[in-house]
Amino acid sequence: MRSRPVLTILHRLAILAYIVFALFPLFWLLKVSVTPNDLLYSEGVRMWPSRTTFDHYAFVIAHSAFPTFFKNSLIVAGSTAITVTVLASLAGYALSRFQFRAKYWIVALMLVTQMFPLVMLVAPIFKMLSPLGLTNSLTGLVIVYTAFNVPFATFLMQSFFDGIPKDLEEAAMIDGATQFVAFRQIILPLTLPGIAATLGFVFTAAWSELLFALMLISGNDASTFPVGLLTFVSKFSVDFGQMMAAGVLALIPACLFFLLIQRYLVQGLTAGAVKG
Amino acid sequence: MASIDIQSIRKSFGTFPVLHGVDLTIRDGEFIVLVGPSGCGKSTLLRMIAGLEEVTSGEIRIDGKRVNDLPPKDRDIAMVFQSYALYPHMSVADNMSYSLRLRRSTKEKIASAVGGAAAKLGLEPLLERRPRALSGGQRQRVAMGRAIVRQPKAFLFDEPLSNLDARLREQMRAEIKKLHGDLRATSIYVTHDQIEAMTLADRIVAMHGGIVQQLGSPLELYDRPANLFVAGFIGSPGMNFFEGRYLVSGDHADLRLSNGTMLPIRKREGLESGSAATLGIRPEHVVLADNGALEAGVDLIEPTGFGIIMHVTIHGIPMKIFSQDRRMLKPGPAIRVDLPQDRLHLFDSEGKRVD
Amino acid sequence: MTFAAHPHAAKPLRKRIADASEPYLYSAPALVLIIGVMLVPLALGISYAFRDIQLLNPFSGGFIGLDHFRALGQDQAFFRALRNTLWWTGASVFLQFIFGLILALLLDKPFAGRGLVQALVFLPWAVPSFLAGLNWAWMFNPVIGPLPHWLHALGILDAPNNILSDPHLAMWGPIAANVWWGIPFFAITLLAALQAIPRDLYEAASIDGAGPVQRFVSITLPFLAPTIAITVLLRTVWVSNFADLIIVMTNGGPADRTQIVASYIFTQAFKRLDFGYASAIALVLLVLLLVYSLLIVLLRQTLLNKG
Repeated sequence: MRSRPVLTILHRLAILAYIVFALFPLFWLLKVSVTPNDLLYSEGVRMWPSRTTFDHYAFVIAHSAFPTFFKNSLIVAGSTAITVTVLASLAGYALSRFQFRAKYWIVALMLVTQMFPLVMLVAPIFKMLSPLGLTNSLTGLVIVYTAFNVPFATFLMQSFFDGIPKDLEEAAMIDGATQFVAFRQIILPLTLPGIAATLGFVFTAAWSELLFALMLISGNDASTFPVGLLTFVSKFSVDFGQMMAAGVLALIPACLFFLLIQRYLVQGLTAGAVKG
Repeated sequence: MASIDIQSIRKSFGTFPVLHGVDLTIRDGEFIVLVGPSGCGKSTLLRMIAGLEEVTSGEIRIDGKRVNDLPPKDRDIAMVFQSYALYPHMSVADNMSYSLRLRRSTKEKIASAVGGAAAKLGLEPLLERRPRALSGGQRQRVAMGRAIVRQPKAFLFDEPLSNLDARLREQMRAEIKKLHGDLRATSIYVTHDQIEAMTLADRIVAMHGGIVQQLGSPLELYDRPANLFVAGFIGSPGMNFFEGRYLVSGDHADLRLSNGTMLPIRKREGLESGSAATLGIRPEHVVLADNGALEAGVDLIEPTGFGIIMHVTIHGIPMKIFSQDRRMLKPGPAIRVDLPQDRLHLFDSEGKRVD
Repeated sequence: MTFAAHPHAAKPLRKRIADASEPYLYSAPALVLIIGVMLVPLALGISYAFRDIQLLNPFSGGFIGLDHFRALGQDQAFFRALRNTLWWTGASVFLQFIFGLILALLLDKPFAGRGLVQALVFLPWAVPSFLAGLNWAWMFNPVIGPLPHWLHALGILDAPNNILSDPHLAMWGPIAANVWWGIPFFAITLLAALQAIPRDLYEAASIDGAGPVQRFVSITLPFLAPTIAITVLLRTVWVSNFADLIIVMTNGGPADRTQIVASYIFTQAFKRLDFGYASAIALVLLVLLLVYSLLIVLLRQTLLNKG
């Protein structure tokens, strides 16, 4: 086909516009986080401050509760990701490899959980967890997040297992493996990318969750990053530099996991078509 | 190496029956080909022998030992899959040695077994590669290599050549035959391709609708097909059929076609005069003769190089003739042919062969 | 009855039970959790809608029938939230979809560096929703954000003020953040669907004499239609329940102008600790969503029957 230079230039310009739109807010976050306080107001909308500083980061890391929030969020998101991936691998394997009577109902149940508004559950879950001592506790958050993410992760893992031909397992069994050995030595290594992607998706989701954390957590000690940052914002709403430095810190793990799951975005989004 | 005994094996998926009682005894070292159209149950039978499919009823014995409830790993058989089923995360050498490693063979034994198999199949330069980096033919070879390193009691092949192109398929077919000649291992080979069946088998099991239609050497199936299904399935181009009524007059007989034409045939015992019957003749057995008894209108000529396939019409019935006579490339609107009596096959109203 | 007559008799009973229960064992932990932490609270929540449950009132808990729903019928804030939900959902999904579709079409064409561009333009999707909300709230803040000044310079705003505190404009703040955050979702799904269209169809159409516009209308759109339909429908439900951005950016204000039903439920539960009333609103929302889904299914049926 003929290539028309005008069209090509328009195409590249449009792409450029999208990149700028996607990155500008993040760039601004970074910019304010390195702007010294005395320049923040005087230099207003300048694209880059005349002087930069890492003071905000130093303060946030040394003198605020953010390291605790960060640690709590890491614990919650990490434990959730691992638990969900284990449970979803088992359930996904069952859905992918077995024909059994309740399969249809299990799938239907998991689909239903993806359809109703989770905000409905805020009050009842609080009422259920508080007599168990699981409010204001990271364990409580992990349990809730695990349940919320298992259905979607199960569909995701199922799609990864479906991608591995059954022939391979059968070949391994004929070669002398038991079903379990075939699963461990053949299926599992081939699913590793899928497992990594599932870990990434669930980690990102748990890292971002806000409403249930707000409801279930009240003290600083058990606050996750979103709760801590929001509390900080409502209390000290003028320390923009520090808030944005904290924001950049919250962004780092999310971006790392984004790189991890980039290749699997399509699979992830189709598995949990209703999930963000 | 071992014999395999299959006794009145049945298989149903849910309530849907796919095998209706199969009996088969495979001798030690024999090459058996299960052939039939897709859905005939041949793959299911093979997978039951492998232990990948449960037996609904009946009995399978390998080397005299009942294996119905043994998992695949305890049956000591090897299988070559249609998809090859090579482990993508292992090198060629690791693919081939996996079964030996699972059995905790010694390093030296593994090395010599893999080396031997690789030499036999010309895989030595590829041993360190991953399956992804191999061509279709090479993958096929690795799948074969994986099967032979172990010296199992039996080899099972599930349409192993159907993913290869025509030229490679021909070549691998010959290699499989040569390999069997060297190893003399009991082999069961599933295919839907009757040429593979004819060229490879010691004995062919022709299957259709979950029932064994005929069991015999390739030439038995070609020369004396037991029923209409086998007659039509074996041979290419396929056999021509004429439907009509079998009429006896004195010591000879005729087949009367629906338009009244009488085709003279040999008299058969055990078929009543006046009963419906089907007459069959292979395209390569039709004789072209200037003074032939039948006139055939020529519809189409297909030269194959080796010979010519002629599509003709005899008494309103379309049929095919195979000839190596190059004059037939331009035959004119009609030719005359004979149907030699000793090349005719007769089948009764149920499709069974009548001699 | 002889033993051998039974087709399975050869297999020990214990092994048969073990085989049959295997898939259930694999899926049991996930199911237990889903039932315990999602279905049971759902049922509880439905029962709360008919009870007086206030966290700070130890005497509450009694059955009060339809009182909550009667109160809801008089609650102007609820009806405003309902209207706001329509506006929020409609505008967000429409803009996300249009810009997502354009992005997918742009990325469908191979060019050097496409992988990197994809990573960059899809990045907003990975940004945690609370951070996306805060980030955009700051962007709209005239003290540190550039947007009010730019909008003023373009003549859209009379003065460089924060639109989040302007009752008439506030909803555009969360919508802007939502569009920024949601474009990648549509772009990724539509791009996957685009790339699943067989290339030779386009070649065949070109040979038949179709121009770029005709190719788009006669091949691309029909192939994308099912994906578009399903993602838009599901996304609509999801966005209408998505309260994070609103809670972070405006908390429903100013004067409830940005309150949607989901954020209203959360406010009732979280701020007023009135779990009974919150559950009643949630039940109404659930019914509305069910009706919406049902309408969609019916619409699909009639369309299919016509076709």
